[in-house]
Amino acid sequence: MKRKKRIQGVVLYVSLILLTFIFLFPLVWMLVSSLKDEFQIFKDMKSLKAFLPPAPNEVEGGYLHNYIAAFQRVDLMKYILNSLIYTTGIIIFGLIVNSMAGYALARFRFPLAGFWLGVIIATLIIPPESIFLPLYVLVYDLGWVNTYTGLIVPFIANAFAIFLFRQFFLDFPKELEEAAKIDGCSQIGIFFRIIVPLSKPVFATVAIVLFINHWNDFLWPLVVASDESMRTIQIGLQYFMNEPPIKWGQVMAALTIATVPMLLIFAFLQRYYVQGLTHTGSKN
Amino acid sequence: MKGNSSSAKQLTDHDHYKAPSEPSIRKVPPKRKKRRKSQAFQEAMTGYFFLAPALILLGVFLLYPMGAAFYYSFTDFYILKPDDISFIGFENFSYIWQDAQFRQAFWNTVYFSVIVVPVQLAVALGLALLINKKIKFRVFFRTAFFSPVVMSLVVVSILWTFMYNPNEGLINQLLGVIGISPQPFLTSPDQAMNSIIVMSVWQGAGFQMMIFLAGLQNIPNHLYEAADIDGATSWQKFLHVTLPGLKNIALFIFITISIAAFKLLVQPMIMTQGGPLGSTKSLVYHIYETGFNYRDVGYASAMAVVFTMIVLTITIIQRVLIREERG
Repeated sequence: MKRKKRIQGVVLYVSLILLTFIFLFPLVWMLVSSLKDEFQIFKDMKSLKAFLPPAPNEVEGGYLHNYIAAFQRVDLMKYILNSLIYTTGIIIFGLIVNSMAGYALARFRFPLAGFWLGVIIATLIIPPESIFLPLYVLVYDLGWVNTYTGLIVPFIANAFAIFLFRQFFLDFPKELEEAAKIDGCSQIGIFFRIIVPLSKPVFATVAIVLFINHWNDFLWPLVVASDESMRTIQIGLQYFMNEPPIKWGQVMAALTIATVPMLLIFAFLQRYYVQGLTHTGSKN
Repeated sequence: MKGNSSSAKQLTDHDHYKAPSEPSIRKVPPKRKKRRKSQAFQEAMTGYFFLAPALILLGVFLLYPMGAAFYYSFTDFYILKPDDISFIGFENFSYIWQDAQFRQAFWNTVYFSVIVVPVQLAVALGLALLINKKIKFRVFFRTAFFSPVVMSLVVVSILWTFMYNPNEGLINQLLGVIGISPQPFLTSPDQAMNSIIVMSVWQGAGFQMMIFLAGLQNIPNHLYEAADIDGATSWQKFLHVTLPGLKNIALFIFITISIAAFKLLVQPMIMTQGGPLGSTKSLVYHIYETGFNYRDVGYASAMAVVFTMIVLTITIIQRVLIREERG
């Protein structure tokens, strides 16, 4: 019995380590290769050296030479800045608009409240892929093509975020709000001075979900930010693939740059992100 | 859906409360009644004040485009001549069935979905079960399996294009070490879609694993203890405790993966441009090309309408299945 247990344990850990290798190796390979020069990337690929960082004396120009070259080759800084403006714009306006809507649906009684909630939940079914053409025509008519407005405004309202906020505010104790009302605080005052400061977890969760979705966005920035100066990082990455000669070291560096913000966010705010995820599953 | 019906009920209760025929209201002196009415009005105003921005934005940038897509689908709208739209009835729709490219894209998408959905579900469940045991370095393993999710589809697609490269790609180089000849992963019509499938499962499984993990933690421990007392084997415990406990979550994940699979776009667009020989062209990719490269918005919209109908049908069928399972 004891021996059987031990064998089971060994099998478990061996399969876990094997799986870890399968899931991590492209990521590790990307990070490691971004430090190597072209010749070395291809030379190392036949062995486990492909997953080991190069020795300092092996790389000409220092570890960061691919990163420096990537920044010199295209305006990566501009792409990163565009991505940051795009995502933070959606996050800031999205948090305000969606939390207000979620609060209205959780707290106030007004005609058609149930109807609007139904409509909002129903819009979750509409695939964004099926409306990007007419949306592009609309944004074009508004004169918003190649502007931050065109990138941001269509995605401020988010049914899923409204739903998350509503669920959170439903469980929020009413007593505090009533006390504030007796003290003569207005409804808007109550929301921004009492509810918002006490609801940091849900705001953090929604902010992270929005960040991850929109940092990784591809289709909408591709169609609406056609001008080189408006490209986001995800669109800019393609440049390294489409314009020969392909320098793989630089490609790897650019891919790493696009991934690092997500890795950092995830590393520091894992708890909130997982909260958002589990809400996705269990609330339905 | 549950929240929807409950708040609708709240609303009717409230309406009854206001109705003059209600006996409880009659007892209220007229002066107070008036005050209540204005309070209800004020509450409604505040409610709409808070809700309006989101409603307007959703209306303008989601519902209106949906309606516009439907309208365009009956026209010959062409981006280069936007002022010259004429109504052409079902012409676009009847063309869809003659469009060999559409048929190919449709079956490619179906093939992708039919393989990806069960495989990814199984992989995600397997990972969740492995990690849910009392093991050391649990957080490490969880983070490792989740890490591909953190990378964007664009990053992952570019990375795997290099890994799949026929001659110098990482996978073929490693296969060469154990004596397997180089495979044309993305350049052969027989293998390209399967290669995209493998990559997609690798990228997405960690996400569903997290949701499964939450579900596993919600299964009460005493059920396992009871099974232990009855002398159940671990396979029996899995079959009679774990699986029934995960049923709802599994169905929910099933729906989300199916819908996501049907929206396949980024991987073929970046990795193969739909080739070789159209073997990886997906439905959304075909819509994108028709709309943006050939600027035929009318026909692209017709295909988008059909696409929406398919996604809706998948959702509805699966919702009905869930309801029957629950009932």
